[in-house]
Amino acid sequence: MTDQHDVTQKSIRIKIRGLTKAFGKKVVLNGLDLDVHEGESLVVIGGSGTGKSVLLKCVLGLLKPDSGSIQINGQEIVGLNGNTMENVRRKFGMLFQYAALFDSLTIWENVAFGLMQAHGMPKDEAYKIAIEKLSQVGLGERFATKNPAELSSGMKKRVGLARAIATSPDTLFFDEPTTGLDPVMGDVIDRLIVQSVQELGATGLTITHDMDSAKRISDRIAMLYDGKIAWVGPTADIETTDNPYVHQFINGLLEGPIKISLTNSDRAAV
Amino acid sequence: MPFLQPLGHLILSFFEIVGRLSIFASKAVSHCFRPPFYPRLILKQMIEVGYYSLPVVGLTAIFTGMVLALQSYTGFARFSAESAIPNVVIVSITRELGPVLAGLMVAGRVGAAMAAEIGTMRVTEQIDALYTLATNPFKYLIAPRVIAGVLTLPVLVLVADTIGVFGGYLVSIHKLGFNPATYLKNTIDFMEYLDVVSGLVKAAAFGFIITLMGCYHGFNSKGGAQGVGSATTNAVVSASILILTFNYIITELFFSR
Ligand SMILES: Nc1ncnc2c1ncn2[C@@H]1O[C@H](COP(=O)(O)OP(=O)(O)OP(=O)(O)O)[C@@H](O)[C@H]1O
Ligand SMILES: [Mg+2]
Repeated sequence: MTDQHDVTQKSIRIKIRGLTKAFGKKVVLNGLDLDVHEGESLVVIGGSGTGKSVLLKCVLGLLKPDSGSIQINGQEIVGLNGNTMENVRRKFGMLFQYAALFDSLTIWENVAFGLMQAHGMPKDEAYKIAIEKLSQVGLGERFATKNPAELSSGMKKRVGLARAIATSPDTLFFDEPTTGLDPVMGDVIDRLIVQSVQELGATGLTITHDMDSAKRISDRIAMLYDGKIAWVGPTADIETTDNPYVHQFINGLLEGPIKISLTNSDRAAV
Repeated sequence: MPFLQPLGHLILSFFEIVGRLSIFASKAVSHCFRPPFYPRLILKQMIEVGYYSLPVVGLTAIFTGMVLALQSYTGFARFSAESAIPNVVIVSITRELGPVLAGLMVAGRVGAAMAAEIGTMRVTEQIDALYTLATNPFKYLIAPRVIAGVLTLPVLVLVADTIGVFGGYLVSIHKLGFNPATYLKNTIDFMEYLDVVSGLVKAAAFGFIITLMGCYHGFNSKGGAQGVGSATTNAVVSASILILTFNYIITELFFSR
């Protein structure tokens, strides 16, 4: 498929094979395979509770998979311990769903956090970069000394984005970047994401269930269903594919192969 | 025997908790001794734990010293042994009441606050964010708090000891008619080096217990505001119980011969 065609051209940044993760009896990821190529922006879509966040947390090393392999630039990261994993993460930038700003620190200290803590940059230099990154996401210097609590959620997302790109990472992760925002602000965030990924020449992995946003920021889209990737292909193909899962999801149909279980025990039994 | 099953579960879950806690504690301690260190964060926590606890601990200490003098007088007057009051006050304050009451007050104030703060950071993904910014939360959040607790509580207890003894002095002089000079002289004569030291060792242990419990319950909290609430409660309850338990154990180690 398109997949193989791409592999021959670009090297693989993130290579996931047979990833399995269960919480108790509930299997969330069930032998998932996925490749994210160097320099592309891949979006993973899927319904609520299908395990998108769990997938991302496994790649970031925040959750330990039950089995399977995750390679970043060819380096296996499953089972890596403290310092080695920290070195891998130094090249990561992550935007959390609710921004997850440190509320004991000011805005600029949030943005400069990675620079000062993980890269040991002196304060005044880090401040300059923080201001620069803030202006990239459309926030002026007057926001620098405010506290996160004083900002709206759209602004927090922007600060979160500035924090994610501050260390010029080569891999960027976005967890539901537009969920909970009005359409205009969602569009703004999407543009900022595309722009930042391009400026850094970074690889992007985004998870979302917002189809409009997915189309705007992705080169390729993968659909997660029942613990596996049910479909993956170029963004342009998503409208035309005859894959029944994708068809049902992007059209929001009730009829189709995707079963919406109303109780937890149903899923556990799957 | 159906009643043995819940009992078995209880015992198993007890050992599970002890195991988790030991792993957490050894991780926390090992990060206290490995760079990078965060001196500014340690200082900030020392101010939080020590300086801001002074009013609470001071008030507790002075009233305890006062009531101690008053009560011992009621008892000792019957045997005309009023002169033993300075002795009773200094020994009970330095050995037991200073460290235990300061520990319990700080557990309520600081342990709860730490559990709430770290718990909120957990449920709002700020701890995950720390990891993704290549910063180890054990070093950045937990080690500074534990170090601050162990260093600050002894100082706080020294202050509590002094204020407590002063409370006993006030009551003895103004209410019970003691001679100030004699009372002070007796207090100093009866003051034992070992009593004070055992109290300070207790204080350091309590500082460790309080901060560890606050961090542990906060760090492992889940499920939103309710989770943070129960983490706070658990931090205070478990710290208080452990303080009383280890108070006995340390007393036993120092004074049973
Ligand atoms: N720490 C955890 N402990 C137990 N179960 C968990 C945990 N984290 C996630 N789960 C379960 O795993 C499933 C997938 O969760 P996840 O957060 O990945 O969903 P999602 O696809 O990100 O959904 P959404 O779009 O709503 O964010 C959920 O059913 C959830 O209950
Ligand atoms: Mg999610």
